[in-house]
Amino acid sequence: MTPLKQRLVQLEVLRYDPEKDKAPRYQNYEVMCNEEWVVLDALTAVKESIDPTLNFRWSCHMAVCGSCGMMVNGEPKLSCHAFLRDYQGVIRVEPLANFPIERDLVTVADDFIDKLKRVKPYLIPKEKKTIEQGEFKQTPAQLMKYRQFSMCINCMLCYAACPEYSLQPKFIGPAAITLAHRYNLDSRDGGRDERQEVIATNEGVWECSFVGACSEVCPKAVDPAGALQQVKVASTLDWFKEHLLPGGKK
Amino acid sequence: MSRNPYVRPVSKTGWWLKQPRYMRYMSREVTCIFIGALAMLMLWGLKRLSEGPAAYETFLASLRSPPGVLMLLLILAFSVHNATSWFNVTPKAMPVQIGEEFLAGKYIVGAHYAVWLLASLVVLLMAGVF
Repeated sequence: MTPLKQRLVQLEVLRYDPEKDKAPRYQNYEVMCNEEWVVLDALTAVKESIDPTLNFRWSCHMAVCGSCGMMVNGEPKLSCHAFLRDYQGVIRVEPLANFPIERDLVTVADDFIDKLKRVKPYLIPKEKKTIEQGEFKQTPAQLMKYRQFSMCINCMLCYAACPEYSLQPKFIGPAAITLAHRYNLDSRDGGRDERQEVIATNEGVWECSFVGACSEVCPKAVDPAGALQQVKVASTLDWFKEHLLPGGKK
Repeated sequence: MSRNPYVRPVSKTGWWLKQPRYMRYMSREVTCIFIGALAMLMLWGLKRLSEGPAAYETFLASLRSPPGVLMLLLILAFSVHNATSWFNVTPKAMPVQIGEEFLAGKYIVGAHYAVWLLASLVVLLMAGVF
């Protein structure tokens, strides 16, 4: 068996110790890595062999859990999905942009979690059924209507890419609105009116000016920018129905 | 262990220079200035028209002057950039589902270009070009 090709990787990592530092600072590391490794592996190698004080989040190492989002050379990436072979020279690793830094590469996700709760990202059934009455059935076409948007793993890369969120932190943001849209599109769901109160607002979808960066960085091809534009179209149609059609509900 | 999260400063004016994709976005947004200029020009033309044939002829002559032509060419270039950049993202805003499949984006974008071509032909026809 051919031995794995090795390479000395240089990392420039943004460090922040909330107990000592007034501001974050860069620290350089050189660590021997297999060419097939990802940035997360390189960070793990640093932590295991050079500097055990380096902090970062991760869990699954297979682009499913959404925990290891970081800025890699200024681009929001899942560090388990950022292959070393795609980078030359010094690799700069920073915590996800647009979120406060808790410590080193760990960010404070409270704002996103709060926004996610506000949009009620779960099924609110149209009709109540007992277990005896059976399941809520859905055709494949009804599933396809929202399936793409259900692939979101809450990794927050879209928030790190979004300049609107950066400039206006009240913005509910790409992933939360996309998940609201995912449930609004679900044939079993009856909670759209409740979610519209949160997302069809100035802090909601109307804060989005369609930069499209969220969709470009999404590791699961969810296309949040598409979801937000669809919410805009649907909300505009609601307005016309309310104000222009006779008997429209206010 | 105490919590003391650090909030990184954000540049309110220079953020769009950080990424090529933000610059692309700004290049689309800046077209609105030229679209706005065209709207003002049309309103100005209407005003001159209401003032009589002589005033309107002066207005048309100013458009035919080299600076006028240059301005119209600039407006045309930015208007085309505005229209095409919006046409190209329409499949995101208006997906068309047929059964379990979605219509390929190229048909939705293509339909926009076709309507644009048709509308342009009608305008040129009305202007007596053909």
